[in-house]
Amino acid sequence: MSDNVKVSIRNLYKIFGANPQAALKHVLDGMSKADLLKTNGHVLGLRDINADMREGEITVIMGLSGSGKSTLIRHLNRLIEPTSGEVGVDGEDVLAYGEEKLRDMRRQVMSMVFQKFALLPHRTVAENAGTTLGVRGVSKREYLAEADKWLDRVGLHGFGNHYPHQLSGGMQQRVGIARALTSNSPIMLMDEAFSALDPLIRTDMQDLLLELQKELHKTIIFITHDLDEALKLADHLVILKDGYVVQQGEPQHILLNPNDPYIEDFVSDINRARVLRVRSIMTPLDGQPVPPDAHGEVGYDDTLESMIARSGGDTSHRYIVMRDGQPAGTLDMTNLVKALVPRVASEAAARKY
Amino acid sequence: MATYDGLFDALGLREWCDASDTRKTTTSMADLLASTGKVEETSILDLPFPSLDALNDACAAVIESRDVTKGVENGFLAIKDTLRVVLDPLTQPLSWILDGALATFEVIPWFFMFPLLALVVWFASKSLRLVGFVMVCLVFLAFVDLYDHAMQTLAIIFVCAFLCVVFGVPIGIAMSRNNRLQRAIIPVLDMLQTLPPFVYLIPLIFLFSVTEPKLYGIAIILYAIVPVIRLTDLGIRLVDKDVIEAADSFGMTDRQKLFGVQIPLALPNIMAGVNQTIMMSLAMVVIASLVSAPGLGVLVLRGIRNLELGVGLVSGLGIVLLAIILDRVTKAALDRVNAAQKH
Repeated sequence: MSDNVKVSIRNLYKIFGANPQAALKHVLDGMSKADLLKTNGHVLGLRDINADMREGEITVIMGLSGSGKSTLIRHLNRLIEPTSGEVGVDGEDVLAYGEEKLRDMRRQVMSMVFQKFALLPHRTVAENAGTTLGVRGVSKREYLAEADKWLDRVGLHGFGNHYPHQLSGGMQQRVGIARALTSNSPIMLMDEAFSALDPLIRTDMQDLLLELQKELHKTIIFITHDLDEALKLADHLVILKDGYVVQQGEPQHILLNPNDPYIEDFVSDINRARVLRVRSIMTPLDGQPVPPDAHGEVGYDDTLESMIARSGGDTSHRYIVMRDGQPAGTLDMTNLVKALVPRVASEAAARKY
Repeated sequence: MATYDGLFDALGLREWCDASDTRKTTTSMADLLASTGKVEETSILDLPFPSLDALNDACAAVIESRDVTKGVENGFLAIKDTLRVVLDPLTQPLSWILDGALATFEVIPWFFMFPLLALVVWFASKSLRLVGFVMVCLVFLAFVDLYDHAMQTLAIIFVCAFLCVVFGVPIGIAMSRNNRLQRAIIPVLDMLQTLPPFVYLIPLIFLFSVTEPKLYGIAIILYAIVPVIRLTDLGIRLVDKDVIEAADSFGMTDRQKLFGVQIPLALPNIMAGVNQTIMMSLAMVVIASLVSAPGLGVLVLRGIRNLELGVGLVSGLGIVLLAIILDRVTKAALDRVNAAQKH
């Protein structure tokens, strides 16, 4: 991981309609999405998006349907043109690219995985996985070899000669991922890549992605509407609502410090014990001596769930948090229990009981 | 005294009417009847529609309906020669191809033709049952001495359907990529599809000599090209938007997208269009026997003209058998395409 910003979005606006530029003026003057639709007949897709996606990180963009997340990801490779704003990749202005340059970027720099897989039904799995190389003019023999390599990596060894319709949904999406990986591009865009899969397969695929990412260190931009998925995958989480960014940052931080009722609502239904990690709720040592009465040492990245199991539910326990073999802080089980309760329970959750 | 006299009098046009009245030179039956003094009682129920002829009765300056058809005819005859100078060389290759195909089918002896057709059916359908069925039908046709006529019909259909695909698919592709072009072409297709087949023949007879094969070739192609154009356009427009988006996201050029994604995915629809095109060429090739197209249609025509009931019915059965063969084989090919790309 580095602090290099790979993709940056600045003041991005997208308005759908007959005359977006005129509508943009109203939006800049502060007109709301609902008013714009009512008075101008234009739909405000994205409003003033600013986000940085760092190299080697998984940036998750999360939001409910209609929040503009799929629109946003399509601005990165210009499948959709913005109404105004900037999109930068490696410091270059993507919006200034001509047709040729844009095509090169799509071929070499960004690959994409789709919610509905979007495989070519008339080509074999291996040919599908090699499409991204094939469009660059790589010979069939070469791209099939490369495709086979990545198919093996995503667990589809021996399926190269099958046709997509012969595979299950989960396997088809593995082909989709292999296709994106075969292109060897540093950036991967994943548009609700796992949303169409059933829950168990989805978990498998998330694990696969994390495992691949540990090795490949791609810059991944992942779209999802599922907070559990977002929290599991994200290094950086961007939450969208009605086309604007409600909050962005480190996912654990957002979970513990939601700054908007919308997010509080969202996070209240989360299994916090599984998502939160020791590092987010420990008390840092800050040069203090290690307390002598600790019940043992725990890992910096352990989940709270594992801590509860370990302590046997005893809230009087206290642990030393170890990071890279060094004590980094202390964990009070009382604090752990407090962290399990959302700061504000959602109204929906309250109504349930 | 005509019905609408009063109308022209009221409008003060009487002078204008009489100025060009030349009717007195001829005397019609009605005039004679009128001159005998027996004026019929006219009731409001007999009021004729103010058509050109009715108005002409009252006012000679108004043209007759006959003049309209005459005008159309003269107009066509006036541009005929120019049209011919342009169209004749352009369409001449069609005559050559048709002549060539007819000659080829004639030259190949039946004992080569049967296995050849069996092979074609096998490659299109990969079904032994269908090959067997086609062979049985052909043997039957040959047995009742319809072989030569059936082969002529088949040769014409092969040429015309092939040319329909050659021209129709690109037109369909162009339509699918350009909405304005689609809006312009669809009315033309509608017209081609609804015009009765005989109507095609009329202007063509004036344009080309009846002995030329291209005359019926053009009639068949115009009639049969519609479905392949329509279904190519439709097929490409129906290609999954997600797949197109994926193709874009990988940086495919328009050309790569067309040949690598759109046409292959539209193939089931295009093949359905080809099937329809072949069936429609068969329908037209029978009618085209009126303008000297050889084949089974000639026998049907003979059956009608000479009231040879048996000849007409047997050759009609032959056409049905050909239709079934062509339909089954193209459908089998279509099914194979469909099976290869179900989702």
